[in-house]
Amino acid sequence: MLSNKDKIFTNLYGQESFGLKMAYARGDWDNTKALMSKGADWIIDEVKNSQLRGRGGAGFPTGLKWSFMPRDPEKNNYLIVNADESEPGTCKDRDMIRNDPQKLIEGCLLGSFAMQAHKCYIYIRGEYYNESVVLEKAIAEAYEAGLIGKNACNSGWDLDVYVHRGAGAYICGEETALLESLEGKKGQPRMKPPFPANKGLYGSPTTVNNVETIAVIPTILRRGASWFSSFGREKNTGTKVFCISGHVNNPCNVEEEMSIPLKDLIEKHAGGVIGGWDNLKAIIPGGSSVPMLPKHICDDVLMDFDSLSAVKSGLGTAAVIVMDQSTDLVKAIARIAYFYKHESCGQCTPCREGTGWMWRILEKIAVGNSSSAEIDKLLDVTKQIEGHTICALGDAAAWPIQGLFRHFRDEIEERLKKGSFAA
Amino acid sequence: MSFAFNEKSNELANNALAKYPNDRKQSAVMPFLDIAQRQNDNWLSQDCIEYVANQLEMPFIKVWEVVTFYTMYNTQPVGKNFVQVCTTTPCWLRGSEHVVRACKEIISENPKNVSADNLFSWMEVECLGACVNAPMIQINDDFYEDLNYETTKNILLSLIDGKPLQVGSQIGRQGSKGVSDAK
Repeated sequence: MLSNKDKIFTNLYGQESFGLKMAYARGDWDNTKALMSKGADWIIDEVKNSQLRGRGGAGFPTGLKWSFMPRDPEKNNYLIVNADESEPGTCKDRDMIRNDPQKLIEGCLLGSFAMQAHKCYIYIRGEYYNESVVLEKAIAEAYEAGLIGKNACNSGWDLDVYVHRGAGAYICGEETALLESLEGKKGQPRMKPPFPANKGLYGSPTTVNNVETIAVIPTILRRGASWFSSFGREKNTGTKVFCISGHVNNPCNVEEEMSIPLKDLIEKHAGGVIGGWDNLKAIIPGGSSVPMLPKHICDDVLMDFDSLSAVKSGLGTAAVIVMDQSTDLVKAIARIAYFYKHESCGQCTPCREGTGWMWRILEKIAVGNSSSAEIDKLLDVTKQIEGHTICALGDAAAWPIQGLFRHFRDEIEERLKKGSFAA
Repeated sequence: MSFAFNEKSNELANNALAKYPNDRKQSAVMPFLDIAQRQNDNWLSQDCIEYVANQLEMPFIKVWEVVTFYTMYNTQPVGKNFVQVCTTTPCWLRGSEHVVRACKEIISENPKNVSADNLFSWMEVECLGACVNAPMIQINDDFYEDLNYETTKNILLSLIDGKPLQVGSQIGRQGSKGVSDAK
């Protein structure tokens, strides 16, 4: 179990004020200038050595991503923080923003300096209005104290940080849709290449990072890459905030060591599965878009990128959605399918048409009005969508359905034959 | 055109514009629409949208595209208390149908109907990002969390009485901390 002294987010639950005075007491902004004086290359190397992988779902190595940014003083580089937290099951960035915002703002300075950006936008989902108010206050406090703005922390580096509120669109969590949205358009993903590091916001080099990715940077730089990489396994390092929801006794967010066994995570922090571990049916381990895992895999799988991908699922946003034996898994996935249908931006035909189609078939199965042949057709459609769209929303809509039938097809067909689905 | 920003909205709009490069005014379309909506009883009439388009020198259709793309812009009137019930899977697993039932009983059988006294309207929405405090609702800007049928009813009744219950967890826990840890 991660000891308190190794937790990065010591105010995750709002035990103390988010204000700057208490943030100083928690160790934020402690001689940030000294970290910056070691130089941009040192920062990027340290982040690379920490093996930090992006916390927004894709798990791309952060230091490597930062190294793609051109260092041309003639260009207006941007750092964008993705706070459009919308993946069902996920609510960790919200806690960092409302309770520990100075960690994020200090991370913005260090990241912007490393990537030679003077402007940073934090794109926060519109529904997090109260959180955006806290964040604006925290930014105002940081300006007031000279931590950001002109000559931030007396480092000689100028940095402006702005908050941009979304207005309800899951797709804006996709980085190029986010950039479109920030430019005042509907949030439809861009074709890549060009990648944002070459042509991003307003055509300038841009890096988009998740809130948690940026907020852990100051602590990594202070305590060292080797401290961070001492947690978890090779290439799956660090501490991580997990969101545990669904059928557990005590749903919660908790910071733990990466690679913690899934079962330990749930039993130690969420009070166990309702009715005990043996009452477990399946778990979606990384937010709604990753395939579910049946109990026998959950028994010993580790919570990290590589071990979850080895069992054909993913760490995603580390949002653990627990479903006990009482759950109608078809209905659970049909509801997720409806979500993707609702959130499809409509730009690519396979996704626009396919998400609605998949949802309607799942609703038919959920009431028992279907057949084995139709399940084959449904799975075929998931393959027609997967990999055939501009962004990963199509994949995200297909994977949960594939996961359902990968593990529970026999059971579902048995129920269809018996007519035991509620009509 | 009957809609124009009042003094407070103008101040907010100027603050919003200052966030973006001078030649990138269009970036302010989302904050401008939000400011207009807040001034206009939480919905955007055609007048509001035309006003924003004029202010930002954008074609009406470009602004309309933005309005209809994002779910938070209301193109029809909503109740003074606009109740949004999350029913996506994490909330559904924790009983969001009982929250919906409470809304139907207290507000109206059908979603999006504004009650006769203008006090309420409700609708189902997609994940609002408070999944470990499920089920939950958003009323205007505020999240009410850890709900069941009874507590949802109590919140709605408290708004009718003009003595709103406290925002946040309805079982008294601190943020997203697990209940057993909170003791």
